[in-house]
Amino acid sequence: MFVALRDLRFARGRFALISSVIVLITILVGFLSGLAGGLAWQNVSGILALPFDKMVLAASDNGAATDFSSSSITQKQADTWAEAEGVTSATPVGITTSRAESESGEAAITIVGYGASPNQELSPEATVADIPRSIVLSTGAADALDAQIGDTVTIAGFKLLVSAVGDDWWYSHTPVAYTSLADWQDIAATQREGTIFATGVAVTGSPQWDQVASNTHTTAKGQLASLTAIPAFASEVGSLGMMIAMLFSISALVIGAFFTVWTIQRSGDIAILKALGAATRTLMKDALGQAGVVLATGVAVGVAAVIGVGAIVPAALPFLVSPLTTALPAALLVILGLAGAAVGVRSVTSVNPLSALGGAR
Amino acid sequence: MIEFSDVTLTYPDGSNRVTAVNQVSLTAVAGTVTCITGPSGSGKSSLLALGATLIQPDSGRILINGTDAGGLSTKDASALRREQVGIVFQQANLLPSLTALEQLTVMNELGTQGARARRPAAGRRATEILATVGLADQAHKRPHQLSGGQRQRINIARALMNRPSILLVDEPTSSLDQERGSQIIDIVLDLTASEGTSTLLVTHDTSHFARMERVVEMMDGRLVDTHARAARSAKSDET
Ligand SMILES: Nc1ncnc2c1ncn2[C@@H]1O[C@H](COP(=O)(O)OP(=O)(O)OP(=O)(O)O)[C@@H](O)[C@H]1O
Ligand SMILES: [Mg+2]
Repeated sequence: MFVALRDLRFARGRFALISSVIVLITILVGFLSGLAGGLAWQNVSGILALPFDKMVLAASDNGAATDFSSSSITQKQADTWAEAEGVTSATPVGITTSRAESESGEAAITIVGYGASPNQELSPEATVADIPRSIVLSTGAADALDAQIGDTVTIAGFKLLVSAVGDDWWYSHTPVAYTSLADWQDIAATQREGTIFATGVAVTGSPQWDQVASNTHTTAKGQLASLTAIPAFASEVGSLGMMIAMLFSISALVIGAFFTVWTIQRSGDIAILKALGAATRTLMKDALGQAGVVLATGVAVGVAAVIGVGAIVPAALPFLVSPLTTALPAALLVILGLAGAAVGVRSVTSVNPLSALGGAR
Repeated sequence: MIEFSDVTLTYPDGSNRVTAVNQVSLTAVAGTVTCITGPSGSGKSSLLALGATLIQPDSGRILINGTDAGGLSTKDASALRREQVGIVFQQANLLPSLTALEQLTVMNELGTQGARARRPAAGRRATEILATVGLADQAHKRPHQLSGGQRQRINIARALMNRPSILLVDEPTSSLDQERGSQIIDIVLDLTASEGTSTLLVTHDTSHFARMERVVEMMDGRLVDTHARAARSAKSDET
């Protein structure tokens, strides 16, 4: 990168300009990723907190998957899963969003009933929730209800004792609270007709997933796939994801365009270097290395800005700073940028060294 | 040593072809300057381009230190250029972002490998040859801070950086006044002797001929008049 680095220093202004464009795009991508991540977190963390390999939900009449809001699992279905060969645990899960009241507050929260049939391992939070008429609040729910351990929370007429305040769990943008499955069934019965056993079954182990699913008229989905069963999750993440994808392609195009123009502009220099005997490979490496330096600098500054802003953003704004929302988009930006630059500097190969020779034009 | 035998070069010109070099045979031996002159469009630059392996002849053979330059791939041709051929351009053709010294050391960076290991030696060579052309004190200036004559001297120094055995010089004085031009020709003559290159020097300027050992003339692509001059003996006559 002998010439590339010196060009960078010499044409500082030009490279500062393109670098700042990259910084701005990185910030934009970083914000959108952080926001998408934050929104997704507020959508799914309550589900991800449950231990399961696959989430079993009822299948609709045509065999397709249902979402958490419409799925209903019978005890028989749950038992069949629990007894299926290869299953380590099969824990019924109930999910319902309801109004909750405490002495000093009122909020919509999602009640997740989890647990409780013999021979089943329970997660720590579920163990606590297994005490009858008790509830484990997420930090969000505790804040919204202004409730602490020992307080009483009223949901659908049932009084539940706050036995613990857990982590930052969310489901579909409402804070989550865990109860025993029995308590959840009581609450759910006030909202829907008929007997309700559970919404789904959290299954661990390695059974014949498809076979058991078709036998029981259910569907089984892995962690990530089960998130699409959260209403609005797919469309929310989808539209933000599309914006992010657009930004990625814009940045690749902008960088490609910049390096195309830049390469054309210095084709005179390239012809000279070729006439002096520069290998085309050396020139390509030089040009791509230059693009790499510009990209890495711009992206690094952009990511630093995103992390900085992420640290001071108000807690009310869902904004997730994690490798998934910073390092991954940054790496993608660099890769796509380099791809764009590669298209731009490809014309290096077509520069004729003959044009460097004064007379022979 | 560079040897043209019966070399012909044509360029496409619409549906026809224009003959730029027509059955030229010419040999330049180490340590000598062969001056090529002739009217505009007579094929002088084209002949140099052939010698520099920048273009392939239609027919005939070009031997560079025994290697047939005709059949080389693009890759091999640029390696040959890098290692054995020095080119002095009509315009100085310096790279705007490099200092005078870097214009020379860049010659070490053009290959595909081994540049790092050669850097110390390249640095010494560059400093030395920059001093030879009288620019030791200008090493850290960029082209826009240098005069035309200084740029042209760097152009020559750069061509010699990798110790080529062939030096091809295309009208190095056309953008300079008489005195500066004369200095440049002197540098080419001196370096040809000290570096032992086979030098082909294209110039229109008849005033330099007296100092040349050999002047050949091109006309419509043909070498029309080859006469050797006993420059060395002429010099010894003067003393
Ligand atoms: N790339 C090219 N394509 C087509 N024709 C060319 C090309 N380069 C040169 N020619 C033609 O070849 C002939 C020889 O050109 P060349 O540049 O070798 O002449 P020259 O002797 O160097 O002239 P000058 O003294 O003006 O530099 C001319 O007729 C020119 O028009
Ligand atoms: Mg010419």
